[in-house]
Amino acid sequence: MSYLVKGERGDWEAVVGLEVHAQIVSNAKLFSGAATQFGAAPNTQVSLVDAAMPGMLPVLNGHCVAQAVRTGLGLKAKINTRSVFERKNYFYPDLPHGYQISQYSQPIVGEGAVLLDMADGSTRTIGIERLHMEQDAGKSLHDQDPNRTFIDLNRAGVALMEIVSRPDIRSPEEAGLYLRKLRSILRYLGTCDGNMEEGSMRADVNVSVRPKGSNELRTRAEVKNVNSVRFVMQAIEAEAARQVAVYDAGGQVTQETRLYDSDAGETRPMRIKEFAHDYRYFPDPDLLPLVLTDEYIRKIEADLPELPDAKKQRFIADYGLSPYDAQVLAAERETANYFERVAKGRDAKQAANWVTGVLFAHVNETGKSIDASPIGPEALGQLLDLINAGTISGRIAKEVFADMAATGKPAKDIVAARGLTQISDAGAIEVAVDKVIAANPKQAADVRAGKAKTIGWLVGQVMKATGGKANPQMVNELLKRKLGG
Amino acid sequence: MTALTGLSIAAVRDGLAERDFTALELAREHLRSIEKARHLNAFITETPEIALARAKESDARRAKGKALGPMDGVPIAIKDLFCTASVPTTAGSHILDGFTPTYESTVTAKLKAAGAVMLGKTNMDEFAMGSSNMTSYHGPVKNPWRPKGREKRDKNLVPGGSSGGSAAAVAAGLAPAAIGTDTGGSIRQPASFCGIVGMKPTYGRCSRWGIVAFASSLDQAGPFARSVEDTAILLAAMAGHDPKDSTSAPVAVPDFQAALKKSAKGLKVGIPKEYTMDGMPAAIDALWKRGVAWMQAQGAECREVSLPHTAYALPTYYIVAPAEASSNLARYDGVRFGLRVDEGGTLDEMYAATRGEGFGAEVRRRVLIGTYVLSAGYYDAYYLKAQKVRALIAEDFRKAFEAVDVLLTPTAPSAAFAIGDKMDDPVAMYLNDVFTVPASLAGLPAISLPAGLDADGLPLGLHLIAKPFDEETLFRAAAALEEACSFDAHPPGFGGSP
Repeated sequence: MSYLVKGERGDWEAVVGLEVHAQIVSNAKLFSGAATQFGAAPNTQVSLVDAAMPGMLPVLNGHCVAQAVRTGLGLKAKINTRSVFERKNYFYPDLPHGYQISQYSQPIVGEGAVLLDMADGSTRTIGIERLHMEQDAGKSLHDQDPNRTFIDLNRAGVALMEIVSRPDIRSPEEAGLYLRKLRSILRYLGTCDGNMEEGSMRADVNVSVRPKGSNELRTRAEVKNVNSVRFVMQAIEAEAARQVAVYDAGGQVTQETRLYDSDAGETRPMRIKEFAHDYRYFPDPDLLPLVLTDEYIRKIEADLPELPDAKKQRFIADYGLSPYDAQVLAAERETANYFERVAKGRDAKQAANWVTGVLFAHVNETGKSIDASPIGPEALGQLLDLINAGTISGRIAKEVFADMAATGKPAKDIVAARGLTQISDAGAIEVAVDKVIAANPKQAADVRAGKAKTIGWLVGQVMKATGGKANPQMVNELLKRKLGG
Repeated sequence: MTALTGLSIAAVRDGLAERDFTALELAREHLRSIEKARHLNAFITETPEIALARAKESDARRAKGKALGPMDGVPIAIKDLFCTASVPTTAGSHILDGFTPTYESTVTAKLKAAGAVMLGKTNMDEFAMGSSNMTSYHGPVKNPWRPKGREKRDKNLVPGGSSGGSAAAVAAGLAPAAIGTDTGGSIRQPASFCGIVGMKPTYGRCSRWGIVAFASSLDQAGPFARSVEDTAILLAAMAGHDPKDSTSAPVAVPDFQAALKKSAKGLKVGIPKEYTMDGMPAAIDALWKRGVAWMQAQGAECREVSLPHTAYALPTYYIVAPAEASSNLARYDGVRFGLRVDEGGTLDEMYAATRGEGFGAEVRRRVLIGTYVLSAGYYDAYYLKAQKVRALIAEDFRKAFEAVDVLLTPTAPSAAFAIGDKMDDPVAMYLNDVFTVPASLAGLPAISLPAGLDADGLPLGLHLIAKPFDEETLFRAAAALEEACSFDAHPPGFGGSP
């Protein structure tokens, strides 16, 4: 169902494109050997190059180039064998050179695509326009002193990929799906940790609106530097509503840069001064054009892991999972690996149900990642084995799972220690069945008279009497035999 | 004992090897001559302690039989554009007041490692922008040469620029050699004005790491000395690939000295017809013609060649170089080092005050030109077009070098002019580089050597240009020309002479 904003004279559609800044996973910066660790003390990860000392020169970090190419290939994009670093010139205290080295007219990666997994199991393609490499700026600290601004250059020069989507996104939900999918791909590739809280991923959101059914592209506003999926979704909602209101009032949307205020739930224009730049891009004469060979690209391609889309398809084909379960399990590499280890040699659907059901519930509850869960895939697999061997029932298994999570002990130890083993001894069950029949003559008579449904109630009574340990199938059979049901 | 201050690098090398004198004696003599010639204003910072310490180390090495090579113990002067660890580095600018690098440029580090003895940091046009040394915040350098017969009367002459201090120091015998940088002629033009040899290597031959940048795609370090052989010796110690400079070329450094010994017989010398300029002084034209004859006398074949885009070189240079400079100089913002002028206003006001006061008029002019040519709406018409013309100029040279090995031209359109001249006409000043700029734009190696004196007794240089990374042929041709013109004049007071 499409997302529409109600206007005074009809419905409006949102047209959204995202520019995602993703920090490249790399120990060193894009053009210097300084470290990139998050959370280090201010100005402890700054080289002479990062501080733009006179005479210092940038040297391109080859690892970052490989990461960008890897990402491009993961986005099924064209890799440009020749790309150029340019200088984007503007003055700001946290930009020591007075320019940012970026790629402009000739980026390293061209057009690609990201597939969105829609709630109804269908997919939708969002085009990628380009990916380019650039340096991050430092950080201005305005809250350390009443009169002065301090500068932390630890981030200055850190390698970023800017991934620009086409304006193919039509709703806040799609924007959320896009960001999560992009993050999932980047994490699979190991090229960005996708950690939005630490600023490893930030988005600039381009929003315009148009009357429903129209194909025009109206003036857009750019909401800068939004740092969570939720805020991106909220910003689109707020900005689309604002623009519709502007048009309804007979006004025009102006092309401008805005900020999203999550407390107020609205976007606001940035101060004119912060964006009225003529960046005077020109090729950085300190760096040669970046030329890649086909062989280099092929080598990186050969090393790509299976990505979420391929994994999802394989889960559907090989394990017979539903598209939804397959997508949920494939979204994170850790989850997918966990699932596959549980499913190995077992009933895959049962494994999927347990992972997406009981395990996810537990992981969400504890706030831990699946890798940090006290129940590893082998332990969960052993639990499922006990169910399938008839040692415990599914209901008991959930209790055992809770115990495993609390104690970290293997399933069979818990089952043994707590005496939860299912009673499959026909003699013991018969005693229990006879007792239940004797205690409930009316219901027994009903069954004998052909009321088949009542047999279920009697099974329940036997199970209750045995503390849930009786093998329900055996109880059922015994009752039927004795009551002729 | 001979006057140590008049010796060439080759003579110093031999004298040290023969134990005729020590590196310490050499350093002391040169420091004394520097002190006596302070009126020339050739140095911004003298470094006697460093000179004496390094000279002692050199003598100690030699005593142990562990001399490092031809540069060990040789005193040199360093243009103040090279960052030198724990020695103030000004780039001739007010804006670098108080800046003392913690690091040593690759070229000066190589020289230090070769045992060279740094005497001091030489004066220069601010950020290497100038052709007269008049734009230095530290005041103009005086050319040691004076017009014959009018020594007392006339105003002092400029040494050329931007490496004017280095050129004047070598010409006056304050150092046997010096290093400079050349962006559009900043080594070759002052060498011509001061009657010494100045050489700009191929772009990428020497590392730019640690050299305060003016125009990154053009800047190149090079040697000054009083003979071609000396520049070859010095360049060998400066050159080589540096992984810290992405534009430095990963090519081996050949044996430049060996090239000097080859005869010029059969060498094909091109005379670019477009270098004949209207209003060129007769003395320069005559010297150029004599240069052709000298090369022929040495067995070379001279022929006319065409470089059709020559006329566009100077305007192209004055777009490309300021464009890069406007960006390179953005880091001088008063935030991290050097001068800060803060009158308690906003951040933008601090930037404006610092840069307005810290940069001189010529630097401000070029930053403005550079900002303009890169601006939206002007980029295509200026910067982009200049880049295209630059490619055409390089193509002109490439074609010419299909037929010849080197090109011979004058170095500069005039002899040294008086301090204060051309200051009100920047274009007239820029014309100083008309013969040197094309090779800069094409990244080619080129050398200026003193070939004669004009009617006033002032030195004039001839200029040779070679193919990229063919410094060997350049040195070979230069050595032949040097031998033929046998220039042996010195300015008054040379090496402490009266």
